Amino acid sequence: MAIEVRIPTILRSYTGGAKLVQGSGSTLSELIADLDSQHGGLRGRLVDDGGTLRRFVNVYLNDEDVRFLGGLETPVKDGDTVTVLPAVAGGAAVAG
Amino acid sequence: MLTIPRELYDKVVEHARKDHPDEACGVLAGPAGSDRPERFIPMQNAERSPTFYRFDSMEQFRVWRDMDDRDEEPVVIYHSHTATEAYPSRTDISYASEPNAHYVLVSTRDERDAEFRSFRITGGEVSEEPVQVI
Repeated sequence: MAIEVRIPTILRSYTGGAKLVQGSGSTLSELIADLDSQHGGLRGRLVDDGGTLRRFVNVYLNDEDVRFLGGLETPVKDGDTVTVLPAVAGGAAVAG
Repeated sequence: MLTIPRELYDKVVEHARKDHPDEACGVLAGPAGSDRPERFIPMQNAERSPTFYRFDSMEQFRVWRDMDDRDEEPVVIYHSHTATEAYPSRTDISYASEPNAHYVLVSTRDERDAEFRSFRITGGEVSEEPVQVI
């Protein structure tokens, strides 16, 4: 068993085009580190230099947004599904 | 070029008008790889703002999973500008993350004449494309 991770179109260049990849870890942070060891560069697209989740992405554990759980420290386990989606946002205002 | 059925075009403009002066946003889904918008999915603007929009993350999760189940993709991602022209702002460009999508902007600054334009946004580059209503 492993943790299944769904990758959005824009990040599939890191996974050789794969929509679904697998990883392991006991927290989301460990899972992302494991994914990065298999698909170099992926972590940098998900986590910023300060070690927090980038605002341009949404990460879900099963059916929940991890921002409403424990962020990168959210516990994960075999059999879980993690979904990554690009945040859809914008507007007339200049980025702050 | 974006080819869009008249009915969907009208629904997008109607949604933008209804939410004015806040920005409206949503998706037109279509069969994956078809480049054909077929299903109108208005989304809540979680920001409820006249200058910013953001899909509610949980609503987006459900809608994206639903599209996945139907073998669809977001063919069009639309939003409105309510006081400025229908052209992608710097914020729009920095967030644009569906390389296959047509980014539609509707301006509702003129209450009689809505401006409806379509763009491709990839790697920070914006290119406008013609809109054909069928």
